[in-house]
Amino acid sequence: MKLITAVVKPHRLDEIKEALQAFGVQGLTVTEASGYGRQRGHTEVYRGAEYTVDLVPKVRIEVLVEDGDAEQLIEVIVKASRTGKIGDGKVWCVPVDTAVRVRTGERGPDAL
Amino acid sequence: MNGADTAFVLISAALVMLMTPGLAFFYGGMVRVKSALNMLMMSFISLGIVSVLWVLYGYSLTFGDDIGSGLLGNLDHVGLAGIDPETLTGGKEGIPVFAFALFQLMFAVLTPALMSGALADRVKFSAWSLFIALWVTVVYFPVAHWVWQADGWLFQLEVIDFAGGTAVHINAGIGALAAVLVVGKRIGFKKEPMRPHNLPLVMLGAALLWFGWFGFNAGSALAANGTAATMALNTQVATGAAMLGWLVYERIRHGAFTTLGAASGAVAGLVAITPSGAHVNALGAILIGVVAGAVCSWAVSLKYKLGYDDSLDVVGVHLVGGVIGTLLVGVLAIDGVGGMSQLGKQAIGAFSVMAFSFVVSWLLAKIVDMTIGFRAGEDDETSGLDQVFHAETGYDFSTVGGTPTGRSTVPDLTETGAAAPRNKKVDA
Repeated sequence: MKLITAVVKPHRLDEIKEALQAFGVQGLTVTEASGYGRQRGHTEVYRGAEYTVDLVPKVRIEVLVEDGDAEQLIEVIVKASRTGKIGDGKVWCVPVDTAVRVRTGERGPDAL
Repeated sequence: MNGADTAFVLISAALVMLMTPGLAFFYGGMVRVKSALNMLMMSFISLGIVSVLWVLYGYSLTFGDDIGSGLLGNLDHVGLAGIDPETLTGGKEGIPVFAFALFQLMFAVLTPALMSGALADRVKFSAWSLFIALWVTVVYFPVAHWVWQADGWLFQLEVIDFAGGTAVHINAGIGALAAVLVVGKRIGFKKEPMRPHNLPLVMLGAALLWFGWFGFNAGSALAANGTAATMALNTQVATGAAMLGWLVYERIRHGAFTTLGAASGAVAGLVAITPSGAHVNALGAILIGVVAGAVCSWAVSLKYKLGYDDSLDVVGVHLVGGVIGTLLVGVLAIDGVGGMSQLGKQAIGAFSVMAFSFVVSWLLAKIVDMTIGFRAGEDDETSGLDQVFHAETGYDFSTVGGTPTGRSTVPDLTETGAAAPRNKKVDA
C-alpha cells in the first residue's frame, strides 16, 4: 500500500474530490494546512501598517491506495490541482506497512 | 414642558448609549483573538462605573452652579438632590432635567471608553476600572463643565463645541496618549504582527457608532428643531466624505481600499463634525469630512515614527479629528461666528483642554501604576488577557478539552496543571 499526500490550493479541493471519485477512490482525509514553497506569501495592510503573511492557506489531502494504483492516482491529483500559477503545491507518495478498518478489523488492502 | 423636545432628547440618549457597545465592537475586532473579550469589556464596564458616578456626583460637578472662575460645578446636586420629574431646563418650554442628565450621562460613559483602544492588550482590568473612575472625576467632569455649563470658562469665551469635539474627543485622545506614555508599548510592538482578528466586527462597531452618533450630534441641540436637522444632515455627509477621504489617501499610499480604512475614515469624520456641524452648511461638512479622513489616515502612521504604541489609534483618529473639527469651524462657520477671532478662540479651547487633560491624565495613570500597578504581567500579556482577567475565552472552535468541574464557583484548575484565573487565590 501507499499513502499519497497532496498539499494544494484550497479552491482546487472540489475538482480533486471529483477526480478521485471518478477514479474510484473510496475515502480520503482532508486537513486545513498552511505553508509556503517558492511562492512565499502575500502582503496585507491595516491602517498603513503592512504585514507579510508568509504562510499561505493550503489543504492537505491524504489517500491510501494499493501499490498498483499509486502512479496513476498521483497523475489524477496533479492534473486536478494544476492552475499553472505559482503556489500550486506538491504531491508525494510513501509506502505504508499496515492499515486497519476500525469497524471490522479488516487489514491491508481490504481495509481501503 | 415641550413634549416633542423631551421625546427627542430621550431617544437621542438611547442612541448615544448604543455608541459605547458600538465602540466596544469597533475596538474588539481590531485586537488579536487572545484579548478580544478584555477589549470589549474595557468599553462596556464604563456603562457601569460612570452611570453610577454620574448620579452620585458627576452631574453636580458638571452642571451644578459654578464654584467660581468657571472651573467646576458645586455639590448641590449630589445624588441628583433637588431635581424631580417636574424640574425643567431651558425655561417653561424646556425639557425635564432628568432627560438632559440622562443624555449627558451617555457622553460621560463614552469618553473614557474611547481611551481604551490606546491601551489594548496590556493593562489590568482592575487598574483600568480604577483609572476610568478617577479620570471622569478629575478630568471629564471639569472639562465638560468648562465647555457646556453656561458659567464654564470656555463657554463664556464663546468657544464652539456643539457636541463634544473638545470635551469628548480631544480630551480622550490626549488622555489616551498620556496613559500610553505611562503604561508603555505592547510586547512585540513593531516586531510581531498584530493584525485585527475580526474586521466584520469592526465594521459592525463602526456602523453602530455612526447610527448612535445622530443622537450624539443632533440630540445636542436639546430640541427637535432646525439646528438638530442641520446637525443630523451634516453628520451624515461629513462621515461619508471622510470615509472617501481616508480610502483615497490609502489607495494612493498603500494600494488598496481597506475595510478597516472605511470604518476608520467614517469614525474620523464623525469626530470632526461633532464640534462643527451646527455652524456649517452641507458643503462645509463635506470639506471637513474629506480633510479629517485624509489627515487622520496619515496621522495613524505617526506612532510608528514617534515610537509610542497607541494601539488602536485613539490619538490619530480622536485627537487629530477633534482638533480638525474644532479649528475648521472657526474658518467655515456660516452663521456669522466664523473668522480669525473665532479661530483664535477655538485654538484656545482645543489647546487648553489638551494641556489640562494631558498633565492630569498622566498623573492619574502614574498614580494607578504606582499603587496597584497598571500593566498586566508579561506572561499574561503574552498568553492573552481574556483567560487571566475574565476566566473566559472569546471564541471556542475546539471540540476537545473542557471538563465540567461540578462546582458552581470559579474552578481551581491548578489541580490539572492548568492556570487559575489571576484573581483566584490558589492554596499552595
